[in-house]
Amino acid sequence: MLPGAIMHVAGSYHAAGGNREGLIVVVGLGSCGIAAGGQKVRSALIEAIERRALPIQLRETGCVGMCYREVLVDVFDPQGKRFTYGNVTPERVERLATDHFESGRPVREWLVRSSEESLADDSFFAKQKRIVLRNCGIIDPESLAEYRARDGYQALEKALRRMQPEEVIQAVRDSGLRGRGGAGFPTGLKWQFARGAKGEKKYLICNGDEGDPGAFMDRSVLEGDPHTVIEGMLIAAYGIGADEGYLYVRAEYPLAVRRLRKAIADATMAGFLGEHIMGSMLTARGSEFSFQLHVKEGAGAFVCGEETALMASIEGQRGMPRLRPPFPATSGLWGKPTNINNVETYANIPWILLHGPQAFADLGTEKSKGSKVFALAGKIARGGLVEVPMGITIGEVIYEIGGGIKDGRAFKAVQMGGPSGGCIPASLADTMIDYESVTQTGAIMGSGGMVVLDETACMVEIARFFLDFTQKESCGKCTFCRIGTKRMLEILTRITQGQGQEGDIELLYDLADKVKTSSLCGLGQTAPNPVLTTLRYFREEYEAHIREKRCPAHYCRKLLVYRIDSDLCTGCTACARACPTQAISGVVKQPHLIDQARCIQCGSCVAKCRFDAVKTQ
Amino acid sequence: MERIRILKKFEPKRENLLLLLHALQKNNRQNYLMEEDLKSAAQYLSLPPSLVHGAATFYSMYSLKPRGQYIVRICQSPPCHQMGSSDLIEEASRALGVEVGETTPDGLFTLETSECLGICGVAPAMTVNEEVHGNLTPERVRAIFSEKRRAK
Ligand SMILES: Cc1cc2nc3c(=O)[nH]c(=O)nc-3n(C[C@H](O)[C@H](O)[C@H](O)COP(=O)(O)O)c2cc1C
Ligand code: SF4
Ligand code: SF4
Ligand code: FES
Ligand code: FES
Repeated sequence: MLPGAIMHVAGSYHAAGGNREGLIVVVGLGSCGIAAGGQKVRSALIEAIERRALPIQLRETGCVGMCYREVLVDVFDPQGKRFTYGNVTPERVERLATDHFESGRPVREWLVRSSEESLADDSFFAKQKRIVLRNCGIIDPESLAEYRARDGYQALEKALRRMQPEEVIQAVRDSGLRGRGGAGFPTGLKWQFARGAKGEKKYLICNGDEGDPGAFMDRSVLEGDPHTVIEGMLIAAYGIGADEGYLYVRAEYPLAVRRLRKAIADATMAGFLGEHIMGSMLTARGSEFSFQLHVKEGAGAFVCGEETALMASIEGQRGMPRLRPPFPATSGLWGKPTNINNVETYANIPWILLHGPQAFADLGTEKSKGSKVFALAGKIARGGLVEVPMGITIGEVIYEIGGGIKDGRAFKAVQMGGPSGGCIPASLADTMIDYESVTQTGAIMGSGGMVVLDETACMVEIARFFLDFTQKESCGKCTFCRIGTKRMLEILTRITQGQGQEGDIELLYDLADKVKTSSLCGLGQTAPNPVLTTLRYFREEYEAHIREKRCPAHYCRKLLVYRIDSDLCTGCTACARACPTQAISGVVKQPHLIDQARCIQCGSCVAKCRFDAVKTQ
Repeated sequence: MERIRILKKFEPKRENLLLLLHALQKNNRQNYLMEEDLKSAAQYLSLPPSLVHGAATFYSMYSLKPRGQYIVRICQSPPCHQMGSSDLIEEASRALGVEVGETTPDGLFTLETSECLGICGVAPAMTVNEEVHGNLTPERVRAIFSEKRRAK
């Protein structure tokens, strides 16, 4: 993020507020900010400011991506200087108010970023290239005026005023943009199919079902900059000739739904949505363009992210995928030609139109252009949301942006692409992030979830976890997706419980092959990937579980041997009382002992011991 | 009556079925869809009851069983799991005295687990109805329950 851009916002804040004197204080109220206690911080700020009767404007913004520092509070002074505080709690507000707001002395030890000095967290942003996230965490997502102040709806105006629909499609083709929902299909080409499809009535859909565990890119964009998505959809609708659209958002994202509804209402009032869009602002040609946009909430079904299932869900049916072809471009919603893209895909469009396709194509690799948003989660030091140019390596994202692994542990693998993806081992950290290179590892680019695993993760268990997910989420239509994944899950569960047998690995391969080839939709076709990649890179862990009944990561409870360290044991008897099988013996104040024959590896004693005396091997 | 008033907020089109079920469930004090709800939704949209029932059972957000006033959903997807969500689930179960999927006898809480809530940046996380909570510890979970009990 450029300091210039931030200065500009601060400037427009001050201009918009008509108050050039006081400070502007901005609280991060994306879902993770709220989850970390953002509303309580906001209330404390209001109270502290009112009590002192300070001339301060309090504002809100969405996710800036530093979720690991939530609650975040930005302070802008009238000169445009910016001070960002991290880990703000209601208790810390008082000192912020006295020292900084009242006396103008920033509390330096709580600062995480500042326009005035370089701080450690700057490296979180150094390698980022923010196109999709250009406004996230900067503007108030509920303010159309702030979006407008950052070139909002100018790409739409440019398209309507100066471009034929075909030219819009050509620009998107030239940019090289590929779908960000997972499969990476060229967006311009998809639009061209939809434009070319026969039929008067055409629909446009935005897929905001984001269900991959560890993914929150689309949520952050919808919550942090809803107008960008709407503008991208409007441009697409103009390009393909659609006059009605749906934004399908998963039910778990109520805040995104609320902000979208507000954004749609505001955009409609301002003439950017509805009939004769920008009619009074434009010449005759533009004013012929109309577009109605509806928000649809899902109801909790992962498979509804699949495009044909999603359309069934919009129609009010059970979200079951159907065979393709016909593809949505020829026969989609209610049998009409339909274009469906992911949230992030649309969010790129306004930038591409304003800066030109070449500027986008200049970023990235030969076949993967532009930037990609990733959600960093798991054992990473800086969990949050980042946007990087394609072609950067996985290692750069994890070490330089993400700050490496939490608690100084070793990086073991990163799970990319959610349940359809796979685990890329640390040894492949120099893999470039582009569609083809990631696919070569056996994982997929996917929608952008990166779940980072450290040395304490058991790879068999990770594979089991993802398979458990897909098995539960299978819609049940295809036998192999339904039964095959269940069988695979049973085998994996057995292995992690020490009941693995020779031949299990071969059986897993065999089932994986069947599930992949005889499933109708992507869910089944990709479900075995987490198993296949962990087998490919961590086969010896499977073998240790199966042959030696040993979990190399010391994770699988059933494969651990529990022992009491007689030097640490104080004889408090807590473990003995907790043990469900009376496996622990010993007198009060004397070291206790575990009878291995009776121990069922439940782990209760470890949890109960306050002296860390129960050890596992 | 009440139910009709809710239904009337939506155009009687099939595409509104999910919205309608959400609205009916929200209106129910025990957070679930009663047989009557499904029947009247089917009638209102002129759909066969089996179809409405099919949709209501397909999607995990609908419940056909009475639930508590607060639905507690603790995320158990890998990022939260890695950050210790199983301890939270155990603690919640102890604190509420119910197993996952059950409702407390006073009808206040239902304990559920969920897949990723999309706030993994502050894992481990949970929701209580539409409220989101992150960076949780077993103590915080208890404290949140106490707050809700007091607010009753
Ligand atoms: C099981 C399954 C789940 C999916 N979930 C999503 C999702 O949550 N969001 C999304 O954009 N695409 C998802 N997709 C991909 C969509 O089917 C579709 O390819 C995508 O929305 C197209 O948009 P794009 O070309 O912009 O990527 C999913 C696919 C499958 C098979
Ligand atoms: S592959 Fe699985 S999820 Fe997809 S249609 Fe078949 S059964 Fe349903
Ligand atoms: S692991 Fe469980 S069964 Fe074994 S000694 Fe400890 S408490 Fe007893
Ligand atoms: S929501 Fe604030 S940084 Fe993620
Ligand atoms: S994994 Fe729990 S919120 Fe994403």
